[in-house]
Amino acid sequence: MITKIVSKNFDIPDSHKLEVALANGRYSSIDKLFTMTPDEVTAEVTASGLRGKGGGGAACGPKWELMPKNDPRPAYLIVNGDESEPGTFKDRQIFQYDPHLLIEGIICTCYAINAHHAYIYIRGEYKFFIDRLNVAIKEAYQAGIIGDKIMNKYDFKVDITVHRGGGAYICGEKSALIESLEGKRGHPRLKPHGKECEWFFDNPATVNNVETIASVPNIVENGAIGYTKYGTEKSPGTMLFAISGPVKNPGVYEMAYGNKMIDFLNILGGGMIEGKKLKAIIPGGSSCPILTADEVQKAVLDYESMWDIGSTLGTGGMIVIDEDTSMVDVAKNIIEFYHHESCGQCTPCREGTGWIDKILKKVLNGDASNEDLKTILDVCDTMNGKTVCVFAPAVKDIISSIVKKFPQEFKTYLKN
Amino acid sequence: MSTFKYSPENEAKFQEYVSRYPKIDSCMLPALWLVQEQEGWVSPESMVYVADKIGKTPIQVYEVATFYTMFNLKPIGKHHIELCKTISCMLCGSRELKKHIKDTLGIDAGQTSQDGLFTLSEVECLGACGGAPMFALNGVYHEKLTIEKVDKLIKECKNDN
Repeated sequence: MITKIVSKNFDIPDSHKLEVALANGRYSSIDKLFTMTPDEVTAEVTASGLRGKGGGGAACGPKWELMPKNDPRPAYLIVNGDESEPGTFKDRQIFQYDPHLLIEGIICTCYAINAHHAYIYIRGEYKFFIDRLNVAIKEAYQAGIIGDKIMNKYDFKVDITVHRGGGAYICGEKSALIESLEGKRGHPRLKPHGKECEWFFDNPATVNNVETIASVPNIVENGAIGYTKYGTEKSPGTMLFAISGPVKNPGVYEMAYGNKMIDFLNILGGGMIEGKKLKAIIPGGSSCPILTADEVQKAVLDYESMWDIGSTLGTGGMIVIDEDTSMVDVAKNIIEFYHHESCGQCTPCREGTGWIDKILKKVLNGDASNEDLKTILDVCDTMNGKTVCVFAPAVKDIISSIVKKFPQEFKTYLKN
Repeated sequence: MSTFKYSPENEAKFQEYVSRYPKIDSCMLPALWLVQEQEGWVSPESMVYVADKIGKTPIQVYEVATFYTMFNLKPIGKHHIELCKTISCMLCGSRELKKHIKDTLGIDAGQTSQDGLFTLSEVECLGACGGAPMFALNGVYHEKLTIEKVDKLIKECKNDN
């Protein structure tokens, strides 16, 4: 069930050290990289069907193609390591166990988009992982792998800087991340009408998730065909899937797309812990519509299959909920998170998260009526599609799905 | 005039940051981190200092420092416990842990013990869901916590004093 591309070296002792990394195939894509033109690299990544692993699942190659050609301004690669979606803890595995894979992926991507400086934005709480990555970057500079030349011989400059966040979930949203990187509050930007690249101090930039970048060296080395042999037609390749909650073996496991969710839970996750029965799973971080135990039975882990059953694959981080847990409690816990993390820029989100939090508190206290449950769904509707970023629609997705799929649980709390 | 000043080491680190970005504006978060590493918190005086360093007004620095939850806007205890309260940790027993820490240290979330040894914060998801329940103690992650493990860690902090 496990297919290792990104996690291939994770179990090797001291895999984070340059010497060990080099002995285990790191930087082996670089020679091939420089036999290709940047456009050929992008074309190969487009052909591989690589999709962003940060939650949205947007195609990676076409994103790179948005970078303007022959633009006199410097281009930048920004790597999104903000990883703050509840249930998601995969990028930290790459920082911890194979930071040189990320550096290798950055070299490949910088070459493809003609960027000479990459910023890796990492959530501030990941101090240990930031330190480890910085050691790896220092090793790479000292060995001449990055800097003015690549691998001491290829005439292409790549600098890498780690930027530590300050504790704000919204900075995982790419435009909020850039605002933060520019020294401001993490407020998402209005989206342009057409497709275009991102802008870092008005310079062209591409933002990619850590795992996405870490998937690139394999595609350069083995071609698109080496990647598309895994996964499904529309969701090719592998993903670092995570599982947490009351299961026997919580953790991160790399699988090709297309496995059954229930098999992931029972085989790699080891099933529920003793005496617990499955009630529901939030499939890909807390922003995805919840699945009941019955829906879990038919869920397949690829983007299209998850959309077909009315949810999303998100970050692939599954949160497993057992029979003994109250869904009202779950909804309250989740809305507290979003209420705390709303950046406050848009009224429907800033106020809506607070209102739902207050109403759910009322429900838990036994003071709510059926009307209040309707108000929750009304507020969800007001939050959906009326804000600058997808934070509020995500809140609507998770909260309304819980209220609609577990109405009985809410009703037992109502007064009278 | 601000009474705060970077140590020579931190001044060198700050200059290194300045050299890494296309505009000095990007040094806002790095500059605030250096303050917090040096002082343990970010005081109004230090914000004036940072504003001066990066060519911003003090209110612009204040805007940023208050947006990001990790910057301590008042002094905290010697040992900082940041207990994750979000969904996976809740499902795996973070509430029991909170009660235990509260009973043991006599402080609620957001408070500092009278001896100034401990500050307890309840925080949102720290990205350690596979190791739930968990807390960060002085920035170091401790995962798959049990009451026994918590007691041991608290004891170590007390002995360290």
